[in-house]
Amino acid sequence: MNRIVGVVLLLVVLYAALFASDPNASSEGNLIDVANRQGFYAVLTFAVALLIVTGGIDLSIGSVVGFSAVLFGVLMQKGWHPNAAMAACLGLGVVIGLINGLLVTLLKLQPFLVTLCGLFVYRGLARQLTSSPVGIQKVINEHPDFTGPIGFLRTVLIGKDADGALSFPMLVVVGAVLALVIGVLLHKSVYGRYWYAIGYNDKAARYAGIAVDLQRLGVYVLCSTLASFAGVLLLLDYGTAAPESAGESLELYAITGAVLGGCSLRGGEGTAIGILLGAAVLPLLRNLVLFLGIRDAIVPSVIGLTLLFGVLADEFFRRGPGMFALVLAQIRNRHRVD
Amino acid sequence: MPPLLEAIGIRKQFPGVLALDRVSLTLARGEVVAVVGENGAGKSTLMKVLAGLYQPDEGELRLHGATVRFKSPSDAIWAGVSLIHQELNLAENLSVFDNLFLGREKTWGGPLKFLDRSTSAATAKDLLNRVGLPERFLHTPVEVLAPGQKQLVEIARALGLDAKILIMDEPTSSLTKMETDRLYDVIEGLKKAGVSVLYISHRLAEVKQVADRVAVLRDGRNAGDLAKAEIAHDNLVRLMVGRELNSYYPRDHRKHAGKVVLKVDGLRYSRGPTSPVSFELRAGEVLGMAGLVGAGRTELSEAIFGIRTVTAGALTLDGQPVSIRRPAQAIRAGVLLLPEDRRLHGLVLESSIGANLSLPNLASLATCGLLSRRRERTLHDDTIRKLRVKTDSSRKAVGLLSGGNQQKVVFGKWLARTPRVLILDEPTRGVDVGAKAEIYGLIDELAGQGVAVWMITSDLEELLGMSDRVVVMHEGRLAGELARSDVTEEAVMRLATGGGA
Repeated sequence: MNRIVGVVLLLVVLYAALFASDPNASSEGNLIDVANRQGFYAVLTFAVALLIVTGGIDLSIGSVVGFSAVLFGVLMQKGWHPNAAMAACLGLGVVIGLINGLLVTLLKLQPFLVTLCGLFVYRGLARQLTSSPVGIQKVINEHPDFTGPIGFLRTVLIGKDADGALSFPMLVVVGAVLALVIGVLLHKSVYGRYWYAIGYNDKAARYAGIAVDLQRLGVYVLCSTLASFAGVLLLLDYGTAAPESAGESLELYAITGAVLGGCSLRGGEGTAIGILLGAAVLPLLRNLVLFLGIRDAIVPSVIGLTLLFGVLADEFFRRGPGMFALVLAQIRNRHRVD
Repeated sequence: MPPLLEAIGIRKQFPGVLALDRVSLTLARGEVVAVVGENGAGKSTLMKVLAGLYQPDEGELRLHGATVRFKSPSDAIWAGVSLIHQELNLAENLSVFDNLFLGREKTWGGPLKFLDRSTSAATAKDLLNRVGLPERFLHTPVEVLAPGQKQLVEIARALGLDAKILIMDEPTSSLTKMETDRLYDVIEGLKKAGVSVLYISHRLAEVKQVADRVAVLRDGRNAGDLAKAEIAHDNLVRLMVGRELNSYYPRDHRKHAGKVVLKVDGLRYSRGPTSPVSFELRAGEVLGMAGLVGAGRTELSEAIFGIRTVTAGALTLDGQPVSIRRPAQAIRAGVLLLPEDRRLHGLVLESSIGANLSLPNLASLATCGLLSRRRERTLHDDTIRKLRVKTDSSRKAVGLLSGGNQQKVVFGKWLARTPRVLILDEPTRGVDVGAKAEIYGLIDELAGQGVAVWMITSDLEELLGMSDRVVVMHEGRLAGELARSDVTEEAVMRLATGGGA
């Protein structure tokens, strides 16, 4: 429980600051906007968090989001029905997950390296697919009969009406449903137990008769499929996606959210509720920075400092004030080293 | 003349537990004192107080009769008290030489701090000689050394720091018989040179051999001292446990061995020895397997459990040929393994006791993949009660338990099933005397129920006490078999070292 105290406090402080910053910030429109971003981030954060729980990592998420968004647009431009195009994108996610997972489990390569390669490869494939940005409007112009199906997807998944105005934050619902499903998987099902055990000690899991590699492979597939799904959401939400930049850096934001939400990069730790809360931090932070009138350029530094603060706070909650005593003792004993 | 070291009335309180309750200890110059006690008796805490890692709440430390206070390990080291850790603290990638001087290298060139190897070389050679390591090891990376040699390097490093008192925490836990003998020689040499040793061990036979005096701790208090002549198994156990242990190695449940359950025929496994292994295991017997460390016993058990790939030979279970390529298949067939390294392979230390007990049994605790809390709780409560795991809750992290209780949890993981073959790899390593007796009772009970028990052990006392039949491995092959009446320490060692039966 200790591990979500920090992120809850952080969210409370950030929301309080947002309400205090500017009257427009607390308008319903802005809050819905932020909530929708948070829902989108939840999808990606859950994707990578499951891998982190099992002791893995995925750096290719952002590129997979971009690849999938571009593929979604290109297929529809080619005349694929939006539902078929979406299914194809999810299929792409499965394939990418299998590739990442098999490289890690069969060839025993390091997850960090495998997915770092993926980061470049999938971005390149997205740019190979088309050189110009894909857009919903362009699809509808070329295929007027898709207006209905696309509008339906936008309403159901994003909450935007036909002219692109946000009426209800459906992405929050998407994030919440996902949180529920993953909460059950992690905390109520056999699979969650497998994943935590693998994350803490994969050898002990193997000796207990668990098919460790198969479970790992499954989580990679789940992760990449969720990332592809996020790509579809991205195009439906923004209406346009550029092959060279769509989804860029999202893997890092997702990892940040997971860590803030209580996942340990050593594996074995993290809860569904924590991950959900962790995912909510960055969109809120970005919005707050905007209203505080801080220059956009400094946003990455703010994110970095927030994460650092979160990590420090977590250490403090776990080790208590003794942490500072340790630092003091180390400084005092410095002369003994030489 | 006052003794070299005196600890008087040391008290140390941790949240919720009084680890040391006015414990006293003395150590004379050139004396070897063994500190024994069950896990949780306070041995480690006392050693850490002496080495400056903990500060006592009450009590006094005296060196040469003068009161000292160690605020940090470096205080203790400068005063001549060095702790040789259970997990060795060497930089594995550096050479022996570099490790000897790590942190206090001789340098030249002022602030540029170039390493000065030449003037330290003579000192280094002298240190290696004192612990009986050949000088040619000076520039060998530590990682290629055997565990025993690493230990000697660590001792040499402490001697280089001018240690007057060496505290050794279970120094032989990962050493072979030969390395252990070597260590005894080194300790003997140190004694002659006036160095004193505090020796923590679980192995009573060892204590008998090495110690001039034994100090026994129980529940954080002094339970008594034994002079050299009084050191005997029964005396020690009585002081440690506080009661008589009648029938330490029970044989209350076992009947005659039944039919053959597991038949191993010409087995070879990948990266294993070239000679195939064949043996049989009968229902209701405890088959002891002896051998030196590295004889291939653990590897053989892992091959049969599906961890290592079997390349040739056949397994027969109850007369039916079986193929086991994964642990899951072994477990389904009722072939269960308690691994040698319980912290690495047997348990998920950070997880709760309950989660560990559930782990291999999840399928039977779930409906459609969803776990039943009720069924889990029943399993946890039953197992904890039956095995008398000392804990207030099944939600406690298993890594917080003592070694004996951890091992009970590893047993508990398999008891929800009906084992046919139970492979025990060093079942009582790092387990205190009281829990050992309970584990022996459990083994006897399981064998009585008809389980075929295959016990791999390096503890000769345990081997002699528990086995109905003994096989000895030497360099990957079975060197011989001994019936219960023929099992003696000499016979086992002769086979284990390659001599004839």
